[in-house]
Amino acid sequence: MRCFIGIDLGSTTTKSVVIDEERNILGRGITNSRSNYDTAANIAKQEALVNARFHLFRGALKKSGALNGGLDEFVGQLERDFRLEQFTEQLADLEAVCGRNVDGGKFGDFAKPVVAALEETFRRLKLEAPELFAPGAKRKSDFFRDIAGSRYLAIGEEVAKAAELRYDFLLNIFDRSIIEVENREYGDSISKNLLAALDRTFRVLPEAAKRGEAIRAPIQGVLETALEESYVIGTGYGRARLPFSKEHVRSEILCHGLGAHVMYPHTATVLDIGGQDTKAIQVDRQGIVESFQMNDRCAAGCGRYLGYIADEMNMGLHELGPLAMKATKTVRINSTCTVFAGAELRDRLSLGEKREDIMAGLHRAIILRAMSILARSGGIRNEFTFTGGVAKNEAAVKALRDLIFENYGEMTINIDPDSIFTGALGGATFAWRAVVEEGKLAEARV
Amino acid sequence: MATIQMPQSQKKPATVQKEDAMLLQKEMINRNYHELATAHETGRKVSATFVPGNLNELLMCFDFARSLPETNALQNGMRKKSGKMIMDAERDGHSEDVCTYVKADLGMMLQGEVGPTGEKLPRPDVLLLSYTGCFTFMKWFELVRQKYDCETVMLHVPYQGDGHISPNMREYVVKQLKEKVIPTLERVSGVKFDIDRLRQYMRESTKAEEDLVAVLHSAKNRPSPIDGYFGGVYYIGPIFTAFRGAPEATEYYRVLRAEIEERVRAKKGPVTPEGELEDEKYRLVVEGPPNWTHFRDFWKMFYEEGAVVVASTYSKVGGVYDFGFRHDPDHPLESLAEYCLGCYTNLNFPQRIDMICRYLDEYQADGLLINSIKSCNSFSAGQLLMLREVEKRTGKPAAFIESDLVDPRYFSAANIKNRLESYFQMIKQKRAAAGAAVH
Repeated sequence: MRCFIGIDLGSTTTKSVVIDEERNILGRGITNSRSNYDTAANIAKQEALVNARFHLFRGALKKSGALNGGLDEFVGQLERDFRLEQFTEQLADLEAVCGRNVDGGKFGDFAKPVVAALEETFRRLKLEAPELFAPGAKRKSDFFRDIAGSRYLAIGEEVAKAAELRYDFLLNIFDRSIIEVENREYGDSISKNLLAALDRTFRVLPEAAKRGEAIRAPIQGVLETALEESYVIGTGYGRARLPFSKEHVRSEILCHGLGAHVMYPHTATVLDIGGQDTKAIQVDRQGIVESFQMNDRCAAGCGRYLGYIADEMNMGLHELGPLAMKATKTVRINSTCTVFAGAELRDRLSLGEKREDIMAGLHRAIILRAMSILARSGGIRNEFTFTGGVAKNEAAVKALRDLIFENYGEMTINIDPDSIFTGALGGATFAWRAVVEEGKLAEARV
Repeated sequence: MATIQMPQSQKKPATVQKEDAMLLQKEMINRNYHELATAHETGRKVSATFVPGNLNELLMCFDFARSLPETNALQNGMRKKSGKMIMDAERDGHSEDVCTYVKADLGMMLQGEVGPTGEKLPRPDVLLLSYTGCFTFMKWFELVRQKYDCETVMLHVPYQGDGHISPNMREYVVKQLKEKVIPTLERVSGVKFDIDRLRQYMRESTKAEEDLVAVLHSAKNRPSPIDGYFGGVYYIGPIFTAFRGAPEATEYYRVLRAEIEERVRAKKGPVTPEGELEDEKYRLVVEGPPNWTHFRDFWKMFYEEGAVVVASTYSKVGGVYDFGFRHDPDHPLESLAEYCLGCYTNLNFPQRIDMICRYLDEYQADGLLINSIKSCNSFSAGQLLMLREVEKRTGKPAAFIESDLVDPRYFSAANIKNRLESYFQMIKQKRAAAGAAVH
């Protein structure tokens, strides 16, 4: 089947969306951008295509009626099992690379104990892996680097202590190995991992296993359907690094405008707060950008600012919002400068302000800056759509709602839970237009 | 008479016509720096004055060697020397928000007064401040005066707050010229003022102005044979600086005009650093000065997308000639007054907006781009309001980018490129939508 793909190479994460000929969203994929944009783009695309397969499995299974009532449970289990298969494969890869890197590590007499410690660490990692993907298990992140890294460090520390070995030996090996593994693509093993996952799922869900063939057939059917990459459009901060011709690259401002329009057709104003850009975009009824403003070279008040704050507070990025929601008052924060963020934070703490109140102030400060950029772009018009990573942050959303009401009155504010994919969706829609509306598009005339 | 001999070009005119005008200009500029470097040895006095409202013909009447501090700063910017100068000035106590031309100039002084070409710049004998809307210029010369303890003379040019020049305003400027400026220049130089000499220079100015306007207007053609911003800053070089009124400037503009007219006949696009632009895709009007530290990179972001600037306000910063003003040898002092009063920096917002709207229409441009300069309040204040108004009046899309004159720290290539590409694609998309609506 024909697929139209958008890839949004952000400074922090790379997102991909796959749509079909009817412009239905088939799949979404996300990965960390690393320092390697080519790989990030490929992996995000692959993730989106895998996600598309699951979407199609669900559709095919539903149609076949093989899983009366048990569809959600089955597909959910299959997806977790597939993630586990993928994780296991990458973990084996990491173990092999770590093993090779012991040689170059100049550990001298310690080489043998280091190898033993690695073996023990990976043994435990593999042992606990299924738990990480059990139903309801909480993961801080879905990226291999984060999951494997945090567990490797925790287990490695215990193992090193027990073996009376220096912990930094293990750290050193991990640091030298993770990049290689992270930058490897596992596109070829997707089918294999899916079939292995299916076996796992049948073991967990014996009821489903009884209807094994009836379930396998539609899945096999989907697997045999080629997902043809009819057209790919790249966008985002790293778009110039994509191995695409110019015709396949669109500005992220246009993609965000169009993506927001596709999600909410009445969108007039779009605010996108990403890792290092804040963009205010005005679109017309067709999703065509009329004007835009963005932050200048300084990334003050963007997602990265929250990242620094999180580091400074020794917290996870996604924990900031919930902490700010506990505030009883909002501390006034003057600077949204990323460089001064830590200083301002410590300054307020030293004055005895509570962490949650400071957090509320920080979120408000970010949104104030966004409000200024919005005003410069022509203000907020109804409907208003908020996108980007920061739109996932409830405290930022609250501050935004308050400030919009104060300044512009009642407005329809749209926030899609998948808003981080807005740019990629715009890209996919551009890809669709390029093919399906070819001829209607006036590109050739320019 | 202290004019410069017409420099001989070393290139063959037949093959590289375009290069000739540029080479000619480079030689003129280098010659001027050399004259400045040797002025005191050769017994000449040195004047310093600013580009907007510069009274070059008048200064030539007193045999001054002529230095223009903003030009020095921008030349240093283009040669990648300004960054260090600015940091030196900041270390010396100047704030980060101060005009970076000022800091580049002060930094240059701190570094031993070596000019852009490597030759030492002389201490000025007189600072002639023709005040045409930029408050910072006044403070700048105040700082220079403090440092060198040199003579200063100020010509106060009233702002065109109401959008027109009244007879009173003109008389006020002429009166200052007669009673204050000319006597001071006579005293400092030891040369008696001769109004016929001024008339003679002005006759040269008029010829050069006529040719310059023809060059700027050539951008109304499709394709435009020039870039009216990136190329434009070269074309305005001689007439906005130490050469207006000198015969070599007249000659430069004669040669330039002939070259450009030939390009029009041949239906050729503008010459960029990487050769001729063959496919004109976007026609823009630009407001605001360019960035000098990354001039080539900045220009490239336009020409590699097929964008040509057909008209710019910055190319009028040292004199607005394209709406008819010419220096008038029959009324020399009055026309100097008129010239200063009509400078772009001395125009009010409605006048600037009218000018931009007129350009958008007459040059059949796709839209307006504003390059807002971080450290230049004279230019930047109110630019967003201008943008909105122009959008409203013309219905054409506008975009806004930010950089600086000569502070390399304020140039973010990725950010500017992002905005420019978005803007070009936006124009393209709008055009496609308009095309679809027609069919």
